[in-house]
Amino acid sequence: MKSLPWFLRDLIYLAIFVAVLLAAAYGLDALRFPGIAYYNRIIVLIGINITLAVSLNIINGHAGQFSLGHAGFMAVGAYFSAFLTFFYFTNIVEKYPAAQHPLFVVALLAGGALAALAGYIVGLPSLRLRGDYLAIVTLGFGEIIRVLILNIEKIGGARGFSGIPQWSNFFWVYFFAGVTVAVSWRLVRSSVGRAFLAVREDQIAAEAMGVDTTKYKVKAFVIGSFWAGVAGGLFAHYQMYLNPTAFTFLRSFELVVMVVLGGLGSISGSIIAAIVLTILPEVLRMAKEVLHTDKDPRMVIYSIMLIVLMLTRPQGLFGRRELWQVLARRKDTIPTDKRDEGDADDKLDRDAAPPVQ
Amino acid sequence: MQELLQNLLNGIAVGAIYALIALGYTMVYGILKLINFAHGDVFMLGAFVGYYSGNWAAAHVDQQHPATYLVAGGIMLLAMVLCGAFGYLNERIAYRPLRNSPRIASLITAIGVSFFLEYGGQLVFGPDPKFFPTLTPKHIVHLGGIVTTNYQIIVLVVAVAFMALLQYIIYGTKFGRAMRAVSYNFEIASLMGIPVDRVISTTFVIGSSLAAVAGILFGLSYPKIDPLMGIMPGLKAFIAAVLGGIGNVPGAMVGGLMIGIIEAFVGGSRFSNFRDAIAFVILIAILLFRPSGLFGKYEAEKV
Amino acid sequence: MRKLIFLGFVAVLSLALTGCPPKGETGSTKTADTAAGGDILIGEYSSLTGLQGTFGTSTHQGIIMAADEVNAAGGINGRKVKIITEDDQSKPEEAATAVSKLISQNSVVAVLGEVASSASLAAAPICQSNKVPMITPSSTNPEVTKKGDYIFRMCFTDDTQGPAMADYTAKTEGIKTAAILTDVKNDYSVFLGRDFDRRFTEDGGKIVAHASYSNGDSDFRAQLTSIKPSNPQILWVPGYYTDVGQIAQQARDLGITAPLVGGDGWVSPTLIQIGGKALEGCYYANHYSQDDPAPVVRNFVDKYKQRFGAKPDAMAALAYDAMHVLADSMKRAKKLDGPTLRDAIAATKGYAGVTGTITLGPDRNPIGKKIVVEEIKNGQLTVKATFQPQANTGAATATH
Repeated sequence: MKSLPWFLRDLIYLAIFVAVLLAAAYGLDALRFPGIAYYNRIIVLIGINITLAVSLNIINGHAGQFSLGHAGFMAVGAYFSAFLTFFYFTNIVEKYPAAQHPLFVVALLAGGALAALAGYIVGLPSLRLRGDYLAIVTLGFGEIIRVLILNIEKIGGARGFSGIPQWSNFFWVYFFAGVTVAVSWRLVRSSVGRAFLAVREDQIAAEAMGVDTTKYKVKAFVIGSFWAGVAGGLFAHYQMYLNPTAFTFLRSFELVVMVVLGGLGSISGSIIAAIVLTILPEVLRMAKEVLHTDKDPRMVIYSIMLIVLMLTRPQGLFGRRELWQVLARRKDTIPTDKRDEGDADDKLDRDAAPPVQ
Repeated sequence: MQELLQNLLNGIAVGAIYALIALGYTMVYGILKLINFAHGDVFMLGAFVGYYSGNWAAAHVDQQHPATYLVAGGIMLLAMVLCGAFGYLNERIAYRPLRNSPRIASLITAIGVSFFLEYGGQLVFGPDPKFFPTLTPKHIVHLGGIVTTNYQIIVLVVAVAFMALLQYIIYGTKFGRAMRAVSYNFEIASLMGIPVDRVISTTFVIGSSLAAVAGILFGLSYPKIDPLMGIMPGLKAFIAAVLGGIGNVPGAMVGGLMIGIIEAFVGGSRFSNFRDAIAFVILIAILLFRPSGLFGKYEAEKV
Repeated sequence: MRKLIFLGFVAVLSLALTGCPPKGETGSTKTADTAAGGDILIGEYSSLTGLQGTFGTSTHQGIIMAADEVNAAGGINGRKVKIITEDDQSKPEEAATAVSKLISQNSVVAVLGEVASSASLAAAPICQSNKVPMITPSSTNPEVTKKGDYIFRMCFTDDTQGPAMADYTAKTEGIKTAAILTDVKNDYSVFLGRDFDRRFTEDGGKIVAHASYSNGDSDFRAQLTSIKPSNPQILWVPGYYTDVGQIAQQARDLGITAPLVGGDGWVSPTLIQIGGKALEGCYYANHYSQDDPAPVVRNFVDKYKQRFGAKPDAMAALAYDAMHVLADSMKRAKKLDGPTLRDAIAATKGYAGVTGTITLGPDRNPIGKKIVVEEIKNGQLTVKATFQPQANTGAATATH
């Protein structure tokens, strides 16, 4: 296998992946037990959240930037791809039904591209702003995007954009989730990824070593927001209805929580956290009956769990490492890897950090 | 001209409330480098304490009697104490254990506490908006051509009084000096014998009490309160704090007033649709030219 | 130690996940009415928490009261109805998930909901594609019933309400100048504002000022200050009662004496409490009046007040009617599967409801629903006028 040129190898991986996905898609379709449509919906939403979490992980985890505006990029991708589909592509598909899938991909990628442009614009202020200031600016951009969409009549404004054809399904959602994961994985192992990590660990040292931190920070935003836009498009074509209220900063918070809970910088962590945090509110629907109450305590339980999870494991599920690295670590090595806990001026109590081992 | 002055007055009255909330954000950030997202919901708590105690008081106290101002003051004090206590507990339970952990972790717990207060409030108080009781009689006041109510004046006076008090505490007392020392350099301050934990706890208590005051003043001016009322003012106050330079106390006050005034002018203009976004646009514009906020110092990073 | 707690948590979570039992009976994913002797399952999706919490709670209470009455009267051909309620937190995407769960996991035969049109718009396509009839008690956006022939509505639509109130103020009240203040975040408000604007101008009136706010705002002085100089005779404020009360107060504070006029978003037991004296002389469009002397209304109001401690608002009344219409349709239908039930609902004619006589037209909206204009006089709601809105002459509906 290793003797084949890289593009052929990748092609084979891709083919295997697509085959597995198709099998899974048909398999799910064939299942017939009560509630399957509902479970299908949850599974699709999980896939979309995986794409979002992994793309945010590129910005927040790998490049160490603090972006609180991811929902805005998702919104851009969602609305633009829906706009293309609703106003142009559906007409074409009516005449040539076979064109649906390629046109869908085109719409998604276009949405992602516009989102990437937004990411570029948002990433630019990161030139001069540090940490928390960048956070509030990204939050601001997210809100600005939302308010802009709210005021554009053509795409529905406050009423929302309804009538989007349901072109998303299990296959496409997980296809793009897989691609995002693969891109993120490859990225962090490439020279670009190493530059990201350098910027994350110590921006000044990186500059001193000749890494153009600005270029890489902006690059992180662009790549992360592209995939967020694609996820947005998948979301739009599954829900068939878009409303600006789905893209507030609260949604961005939810995504940041997923990334942090999984471990900032850990791809497998983001995936698992996305799965868990999507399923959790659904599972908690049962809480109402268990507690014999008329009121719905779901979100209260959710928030308490959040606090407890962070208090017990602040570095997230896997810290900065991946699932297999955590599993492979044997008992008799260092019990907690200090590298997981970030560096000195990252902490609230600054005199506690030992040197990186 | 009249419209301009009217808007200015409205803006300052709202801005004063934002400023009070922003002070809490900025103090906590100055000491712990933590954005306490739950702060806006402490404001909400203060308003609800005022609601319940106010209703109790309204049932037992005659409103026309001049002592009603004392009662209102008492309610404010009660709210301050309860919210201060909450701030103390919040810090002890959710933030102190994470002092050795990456900052992002405490941010997430802050978000968790915020959600807890919001959804818990909906569960306990009910999601429906409540009507804040009138603690003192309302009079309409005419100043020149501008119309205002005595409430707006009360808000301004009370807010300025508390801000002045805070300034005095921080710059005129020994404890204030300790607070400033801790915000400059944590480790050295503890080496100099300053009880850092106590200073931090007190900062939270003070910040939360100010948010409670803001909550009561808000309830007086805008009688509709509900458990989710803290989200937008909290966000705006946070913007105000960053605008003024986060960590900078006078900056937060100025920031709050600025945001209030900007909102008043935008709200009355053609762009009122975009009001939510304008505050952010202004913020971004200012940060591009002064990356640490209006009064923040650009700290050179030591390598 | 920490690790133990954390792992314990994860363990509990995974147990909960595996222990999640799929409810509902055997077999298909289609919502067939299985077990021909058991309870009839009806799904309700509602905003029990979140920004629309009060509307959702009223709706919920109206539905369960109606359901209990149906059961007390013997149920549907001997079978009892059971309402399964899912909260959607006032979020449209949650509404979609809630409805999906109700249909696929709980196998409900019909769905009731929602108040907010955005939630109804999100849920309707799911009901339509699964052939499960859906009745929205109070969503007024015209688009909702256009989503498919399984979607029905109990109330008048925005494109009726807006122009009707414009006609009323311009022609009956003789108002010549008006200012419009809408909630930009709320599609309902935006469209009522636009429709009113158009019709009022057509009727010869003049809109002298236009301003907007966002729901959740508390300070409207800036907008009111910009409206004041143009001295309108009325202010058209088609928002929700939560904001309207405060807008009225602040308008009076600023010296604006013109009455405020609005739509059915004003409907709430706490409207007068929030607005107080500032609302004297203001009026709005309602679906029904709590003080309607008709016996069916009095009966309803008394029983509701006894059970829930407050007089029912229009949301509760519409929800009550929706449930009863559904029950009535079920009695008429020979079987309870999707298409038959749908046809039975569509055939609803002359049902004497609390909110008027309900006959569903070919577009699945009720025909001839009257508008009850209520005015606040001396701190009480009094009926100012009741009229039949003019047939919809193509008002400015939402074109994409």
